[in-house]
Amino acid sequence: MDLEYSSEYQTFRDDLHEFLAEHKHLSPGAFAPRPTGREEKKDGPNPAQRWQQLLIEHGYAARTIPREYGGFGAEPDPLKNHIIAEEFAKARVRPGHSGDNRLVPTVLELGTEEQKRWLVPPSIRGEMTWCQGYSEPGSGSDLASLSTRAEVDGDDFVINGQKIWTSGAQYADMMFCLVRTEPDAPKHQGISYLVFSMDTPGIEVRPLVTMTGEATFNEVFFTDARVPKNQIIGKRGEGWFVANNTLKHERQGLGDPHQAENRFHEIEELMQNENVDGEPIMSNPAHRDRLLQLQGRMLAMKYNGMRVLTAQRKHEEPGLPRWIIKLQGCELNHQMAAMAIDALGELGTLYHRSDHIRAGGMWQQRFMMDLGLIIGGGTAQIQKNMIGERALGLPKEPKVEDKPA
Amino acid sequence: MDFALREEQQFLQQTVRDLLNDQCSLEVIRSDAAENQTKNASVYDALTQLGIPGTLIGENYGGVSLRLLDAALIAEALGASVATVPFIGSSVVAPLAIELAGSDEQKDTWLPRLASGEITCGVAVGDHIGARDNKPISSTGAIVSGSAMFALDVQDADLFLVAAANGELHLVEASDVEVKRLYTIDKTRSVGELLFENARSDHLASTSDQEATLAKVIGAGRVVVAADTLGAAQTMLDKAVAYAGERQQFKRVIGSFQAVKHMCAEMAAELEPCRSLVWYAAHAFDAIPEDARLTACHAKAHLAEVGRFVARKATEVHGGMGFTDLLGLHYWFKRIELNRQLMGTPEFVRNEAAKVQGWI
Repeated sequence: MDLEYSSEYQTFRDDLHEFLAEHKHLSPGAFAPRPTGREEKKDGPNPAQRWQQLLIEHGYAARTIPREYGGFGAEPDPLKNHIIAEEFAKARVRPGHSGDNRLVPTVLELGTEEQKRWLVPPSIRGEMTWCQGYSEPGSGSDLASLSTRAEVDGDDFVINGQKIWTSGAQYADMMFCLVRTEPDAPKHQGISYLVFSMDTPGIEVRPLVTMTGEATFNEVFFTDARVPKNQIIGKRGEGWFVANNTLKHERQGLGDPHQAENRFHEIEELMQNENVDGEPIMSNPAHRDRLLQLQGRMLAMKYNGMRVLTAQRKHEEPGLPRWIIKLQGCELNHQMAAMAIDALGELGTLYHRSDHIRAGGMWQQRFMMDLGLIIGGGTAQIQKNMIGERALGLPKEPKVEDKPA
Repeated sequence: MDFALREEQQFLQQTVRDLLNDQCSLEVIRSDAAENQTKNASVYDALTQLGIPGTLIGENYGGVSLRLLDAALIAEALGASVATVPFIGSSVVAPLAIELAGSDEQKDTWLPRLASGEITCGVAVGDHIGARDNKPISSTGAIVSGSAMFALDVQDADLFLVAAANGELHLVEASDVEVKRLYTIDKTRSVGELLFENARSDHLASTSDQEATLAKVIGAGRVVVAADTLGAAQTMLDKAVAYAGERQQFKRVIGSFQAVKHMCAEMAAELEPCRSLVWYAAHAFDAIPEDARLTACHAKAHLAEVGRFVARKATEVHGGMGFTDLLGLHYWFKRIELNRQLMGTPEFVRNEAAKVQGWI
């Protein structure tokens, strides 16, 4: 147990401080929506793309992506990634990205040389943005039962079917998508992983308005959409394996303890600054005790994150401490939003740019979005199955049938 | 940056676990419980052979000069086996108090005897962790009077550390105090009421800030109680997972039913981050003073909450058997329940955490 940072990491952190102090003003703002290639690429790089380029040059974005594909080309170092995430969050500066944290690692790991050169450089520059075509109306938790078909016709796959819960499909340039190419194979073996432009004829995007009132998701319909055969990542019928690789990368991002810590400090400020009957909310012992309970949970998750990080640095499998992050982290964030709303009382229900609204209705927005995140990316119940089966070694539920629908 | 146990620490904990698995079986616990025995002589002797009572005592006094994290790892192993031996009061709070507030002469007198296991020390800090039914302990020079509830490790103690209401720390020999055992649900540890009537004391006065010293030793006690709960709860979870993997109903092992599997997953998901919280709080005691008091409060309070959750769910996974005496699961359940209230209830320590952060 040694929580000091060695001089290498202290220097790295100092350099980052210096960089942020000098360049912070160029950041497009931590919470502004990420602009997309689709909308803005016509007029040359937008501020977000220029910011991303600056971060890549200094090694604060696309850090471990090889230089030949436009990245910074550093050796993987989880501790440096951790320092970058921590310092950007503290400074409330928009962090860089690695193109798409699901697609890019997957292409680098499993794509052909040609595919890497085609997809990785523009993605990390922010000129090629992505959406994920996995879930379908009939295939949610049982994703492998998906039924969107892709049939070979000449040099193309011809896609017919429907995807749902597709975040950002209305903005994205490209989709990575799971389709059934081998309808007679067992369900896990008949799937392929395709990438294609959202401008492909035969693709229709319909916004899906959620309980937050925003259309963060979409439905995507395919009618005879033709995709060249070489736009497959991995081999035909191996898409499930490729997709699991993507999901592995996605899950690591959900339930991040930094977010809970930032939220905790926001609620602490809120309870000191907002008054009820002329007294700060913090002076109410019931609200205070709730905040303290959440602080205890937050600290436990923060230190759990340090334990995972330490294991990753040593190239050890973190095991249970990592399995629980999505489940516990998303739940904690949701409970924090609920706590903030309750501290605000009736004011906490204000929305729709109402008079007297606090923080633009952010806490209600988060409260609802977090529920979405508890369900999305593998529901809480699926997470519990994985913890029970993979971490604790309990047996799977007996299968009823194992053929595609 | 390395947030992990060192090899020696893993080895230390495994050594204690092996010893307890060998010598402190459920049969031993049952027989000790039947006799209200909370200081099992052979287990205590075996632990003494390993130097456990001197964990936190300096080598110059015959101890092994380890840190609070090491003590927490030992406490976790003791909790895992619901071991019937003194530790939290006698081997953590008392030696730290003497180390931090004692004169050289007092250290020379008491620490070697504590380190060697020759004497044990009960600990009473009730006036500072939410006094109930007490007559506050008053002190004038080297004389103390009053009563203290829920003193720890009282059985067969030769010496008592008592915190007076004014924050002074005093040592009183057993001959000068009346000890009344209190019988809680947990039969694996002894607590009692101490009655002092103009008792002669050895005042630990060599500290520049007695309030800070007292807060520090109470914080250490809280971390170690939390570690004990961690160990006890982990055993309950392990037993629940094992039972769910064996017990069959409807021609399936019950662990394949999601209702049961999810209870196990929830326990694991709640308990695993607690391990990191306990490690951090224990490490902070020695290495990160600015975080020590706050994280000690949180470790104590959060483990109390998660411990109760796990104790309840693990019992439920065992179905009717969990409710019986046959499996002995209730020894762990009861230890967790006593721990929850010791050294400050969750509500009390969270309120202290609010004060530490300047919220009130």
